[in-house]
Amino acid sequence: MSKTVFIASGLGFYGDAWEPVVASVQAMRAGAPNYVASDHLAELTLAILQKDRQREADLGYARDVVPMLMRLWPLMQERGVRFICNAGGLNPAAAAAAVQVALATKGWKARIAVVSGDDVLAALADPVAAQTFNHLFNHTCVSTVRDRLVFANAYLGARPIVNALAQGADIVITGRVADAALFLAPLVHEFAWKLEDADSADDLNKLAQGLTVGHLLECSGQGSGGNFGSLQAWQAIPDLAHIGYPMAEVQDDGSAVITKPPGTGGRVNFDTVRQQLLYEVHDPHAYASPDVVLDMSTIRLEDLGNDRVKVTGATGYARPEQLKVVAGYSDGFKAEVTWGYSWPDAYAKSQAALVMVKTQLAERRVPHDELFVEYPGLNSAHGALAPLPAGIDELNEVWMRMVLRTPSKAAAEGFGRLFPWMGLSGPAYTCGFNGLRATGTLLGIWPSLISREIVEAQVRIEWVEVKGQP
Amino acid sequence: MQICLANIAHARSGDKADWVDFGLFAWNEAGYAVLLREVTAPSVRAHFAPWLPGQVECWPLANLLAIKLVLKDALQGGGARNLRSDNLGKSMGGALLRMRINLSEDEWMLCQAQPRAGWWPEVS
Repeated sequence: MSKTVFIASGLGFYGDAWEPVVASVQAMRAGAPNYVASDHLAELTLAILQKDRQREADLGYARDVVPMLMRLWPLMQERGVRFICNAGGLNPAAAAAAVQVALATKGWKARIAVVSGDDVLAALADPVAAQTFNHLFNHTCVSTVRDRLVFANAYLGARPIVNALAQGADIVITGRVADAALFLAPLVHEFAWKLEDADSADDLNKLAQGLTVGHLLECSGQGSGGNFGSLQAWQAIPDLAHIGYPMAEVQDDGSAVITKPPGTGGRVNFDTVRQQLLYEVHDPHAYASPDVVLDMSTIRLEDLGNDRVKVTGATGYARPEQLKVVAGYSDGFKAEVTWGYSWPDAYAKSQAALVMVKTQLAERRVPHDELFVEYPGLNSAHGALAPLPAGIDELNEVWMRMVLRTPSKAAAEGFGRLFPWMGLSGPAYTCGFNGLRATGTLLGIWPSLISREIVEAQVRIEWVEVKGQP
Repeated sequence: MQICLANIAHARSGDKADWVDFGLFAWNEAGYAVLLREVTAPSVRAHFAPWLPGQVECWPLANLLAIKLVLKDALQGGGARNLRSDNLGKSMGGALLRMRINLSEDEWMLCQAQPRAGWWPEVS
């Protein structure tokens, strides 16, 4: 019988729930090749981690990996489940050290591989760099934001994780890695698929299948019926409170069945799987990853019923010459206040109040680029596409959310002080202010490309041993 | 006659930097035939015109009964500088499903008569 590799989805972002992973691990059979891969890094997460690291040098990683492993590691060890995650963020060594300390207090054993080398801030910040790091979408040169860069990380591929697994890692902790590569790597390792040297259609299609599996599993519950966008159909998805995250059973030829643990909520079917398949994809004929370029148009999803969907037919093309980088740069400040008015004339009074706010901004010469206004409950989700309801004058209440965009930190911090006096001297029946002290920093995102050589020369694997009970 | 996309399709939106992307999925083959004709880059751009400064790209995917769409320059420069409550455009899938489309009465009947392509045991 041919080998089947079992991979389960861990977290889908920093802050996600790990309790559903318990059911996935419990559904795994000891002795089989079993993996949990966990994606802790959304596009913006590194900005949060950068603030942590600036505050404390041994932070800068996704701290939920520690309690997650305290809950899951004994269950994983019983069944020989290996764990791969990108929770290292900007500081994979600190993440591994924190996991080591936590596991050691319980007397548990683990061989932890730490993958680093994705941080390319120095290259982007270098004013005499050989590359111009043009913006991937609008093609401007990085020099326009260079002195404001906060972080810059390249998306690594599967190779360092494959090497770590080959050298016996139980746990692999990385920084920025292409999300789906966390899942592709154990497949390359288990089936000894060709990676950099993949050249035949057969080799490339296997990688494309592996990447597809990863893409379907990298967003946890969103691959098994969570966040299912539809008119009314979402109600037919059972028991989201006890959702089972998606898992894959993968064969040597790359074909896979997506399913979820028995006895859990959620739904795995043609509809929920294809919603995730196209999620955050641009050209579906050329979905680029560090290891292979995937053409999704040939993928066949066969709905087997009973929460099982078979995935076959992905087409792979040779990997791109360059790696993707996502950098972040400081882009000013915001301050927001939400102000409520009740019947009668709630909407009209909010408009009068808005005039008072704008008058103050002008008369006090508050520096700002924009005062953005939306009405939660009326149009904050769909903006101008949401028609104001008939009978706008009869609404029970109206909440107006005003957000100031400003280059001045002082202007942002002072925004909330414009409001309290208007509680007595503005229109009547205000039902309160929210967020008078809600200020924040804004961040621009800079997607770009970087040559592989710069990044691959700095990739390292280091080892941390947790010895277990003496 | 006119219906809105929500009557024959489901959708999810996502973000990368300043671009919002959609997967739009017909419930069945009959619905896909209507999507193919009605959901084009120009028609989607017209739908989002009140707040979309950028361009729209569109790819049909027959195996998936789906249309892939990308809306450029849709998030005030990107999620971390977008002042909207929904800074990541998570709710924009719903905004797409509001789009009105034209179809014949026969097509509408067929869309309703054909079963869903996926396994939905609770739906007879």
